[in-house]
Amino acid sequence: MSEPMTLSSLRSPQGLVAYLRSPQGMKAAAWLGLSVLLLILPFYLERFWLQAGLFAMAAAIGAIGLNLLTGSTGQLSLGHAFFLALGAYGYCVFAGDPDSQLVGWGLPPLVAIVMAVLLAGAAGGLFSPIAGRLRGAYLGIATLALIFIGQHVLFNAHDLTGGYNGRSVPTLEVFGLSFDNTRVLVGGVPFQAMEKLWYVGLVMLALGALFARGVLAGRPGRAMNAIRDHRIAAGVMGVPVARYRGWVFVLSSMYAGLAGVLLALVFQRTVPSYFGIILALEYLAMIVIGGLGSVGGAMLGAFFVSLLPQVLTKYSEALPLVSQPGTGGGLAPGEASRYLYGAAVVTAVLFLPGGLVRLPAVLRARRAARIKARAESSRNMEVPT
Amino acid sequence: MTTFLELLLVGVSLGSVYALIALGFVIIFKSTEVVNFAHASLLLAGGYFAVVAQDTVGFWGGLLVGIAGAAALGVALEYLVIRRYRGHDHSVLAIVTIGVDIFLLTELARRIGPRIFSYGDPWGNQMVTIGSLTVPQTRFAALVTAAALIGLFLLAFRYTSWGVAMRAAAENRETAALMGVRLGVVSASAWAVAGALAAVAALFLSIFPTAGLDRDTGEVALKAFPAAIIGGLDSTTGALVGGLIVGITEAMATGYSSELSFMGNGVGEMAPYLVMILVLLARPAGLFGTRELSRV
Repeated sequence: MSEPMTLSSLRSPQGLVAYLRSPQGMKAAAWLGLSVLLLILPFYLERFWLQAGLFAMAAAIGAIGLNLLTGSTGQLSLGHAFFLALGAYGYCVFAGDPDSQLVGWGLPPLVAIVMAVLLAGAAGGLFSPIAGRLRGAYLGIATLALIFIGQHVLFNAHDLTGGYNGRSVPTLEVFGLSFDNTRVLVGGVPFQAMEKLWYVGLVMLALGALFARGVLAGRPGRAMNAIRDHRIAAGVMGVPVARYRGWVFVLSSMYAGLAGVLLALVFQRTVPSYFGIILALEYLAMIVIGGLGSVGGAMLGAFFVSLLPQVLTKYSEALPLVSQPGTGGGLAPGEASRYLYGAAVVTAVLFLPGGLVRLPAVLRARRAARIKARAESSRNMEVPT
Repeated sequence: MTTFLELLLVGVSLGSVYALIALGFVIIFKSTEVVNFAHASLLLAGGYFAVVAQDTVGFWGGLLVGIAGAAALGVALEYLVIRRYRGHDHSVLAIVTIGVDIFLLTELARRIGPRIFSYGDPWGNQMVTIGSLTVPQTRFAALVTAAALIGLFLLAFRYTSWGVAMRAAAENRETAALMGVRLGVVSASAWAVAGALAAVAALFLSIFPTAGLDRDTGEVALKAFPAAIIGGLDSTTGALVGGLIVGITEAMATGYSSELSFMGNGVGEMAPYLVMILVLLARPAGLFGTRELSRV
């Protein structure tokens, strides 16, 4: 398709067909199809899968944030779980019932979400004297402190967090629409919390992904990559390295905060032990498996790591080596998935730098090379003797 | 005063064990520039090999098996994973070690299960009394062993040709390679030493007053991270000082937890990390770390 596509050419049926056959047309059609699919899923999927999908969406939001920091700026963070916890508990406190035993401000849920995200960002800002000055893996170890201090506070600040048993999450209500478990019939399908939250998750994820793409495509993204690739050169070119590191840390904390809010809404109860070191490691695994430095990669990795245990649990009978939880014998699904993604991290870095998101390009390049090699070898045979 | 001195002694002993772990961590960092998050699994592996082997070969034999096993595991990791990485980004390598750690810890936790292994160590739960102080014998054993090992290591680092090669590689890899230092051997031996030290640390972390080796013992290695950072990641002296600071902080915070009750339960677990943050605020490269200067 060499002639430029214009809107008027789409009006005729031939023009539309031609557009759909062009690469950008195919891409647009694929996106349209995917969006429609995502929008109608709640009408068909079981609640189990909707919940799993929502976890994956929350993980994707968090992973996008971590990827901005680790993938694009080269700063390692093990403290992501801490900011997730801030988002989750922040929402609970801000939107919580003021009359209950625990502290609650009783703010409208939408305001509470915004404030929870800002709270996570502010905490990231408080850490920026360290986040701005340390590089790479140093920062990774320093952020370990956040996890341990965070766990300590979560277990001990009973009035805010409910201590060991956690606290229940106030339901989301937007403009009179309540995202609780009351049944609402939509097109003959009963909608409960998961179905309704699905759309909240989609909106949050879409906004988060678009914003991150914007950041990466523009001036800040270039500065971040410059810091990752050559810190000194970036500084010489006029990038304020420490300030950028600090701000990216704040931004990634805010993503984590938003992810935490969504997680809390899906869980409907927040418990402190969830936000430990394992969770932080999982997020790092996500971005490495999916692909460092790209929004799509973060999302792919998040889906992989968070859906894997669910898939293994659901189909544990059908799979060899994996057994139902508690029956003994084979591997528990949780264990099996930890093996898989631990190995996936190593494999991805050693054999597929760039992660899952680069897989199609790598395969295409390999096929092209094979075809070229074949063509050359056949030409060699034609050489007259 | 007695309490204070007892806590100090316990802290120094605990700190010397942390210093063993942190030392291994720093050696790996110096020779390969990898921040090794898989240290927890090296430690747990060393402990596991030891307790499994001691049923047949006795305590000392088991300890040797544990040390050799952890060293071999370290070399295997270096050879199979770290050496295969062709990129240049050391944060990515750090994440790879996280992947390795997840894999190994899952495997070890599955093998250990809910069991708690006890070492058949000769010290048991006997106490030593010096003047008015009463301290478990194991604490002394830990202190003496750690001091001996660290001294041995520092002497080797200073005077043997292996130590010279290590230091040369840490100083400048290319130049060292041109001078005939085999970088592969240097980094493999660094991983071996780190594994061996971690296995010894595993012993002292799981004998009295701890109940025994269980699947969470590896998590203690996480305390060596603040130790290494407080001292400075590229300094062996730093690892020792950092280890002692972490050990003493933890012992004091645990011992005086009733006075610190306004901070909630389990302050001892958190205190080392608070100290780390304070140190980092004042000195981003740690107490003994080389401050980074770049000439442009």
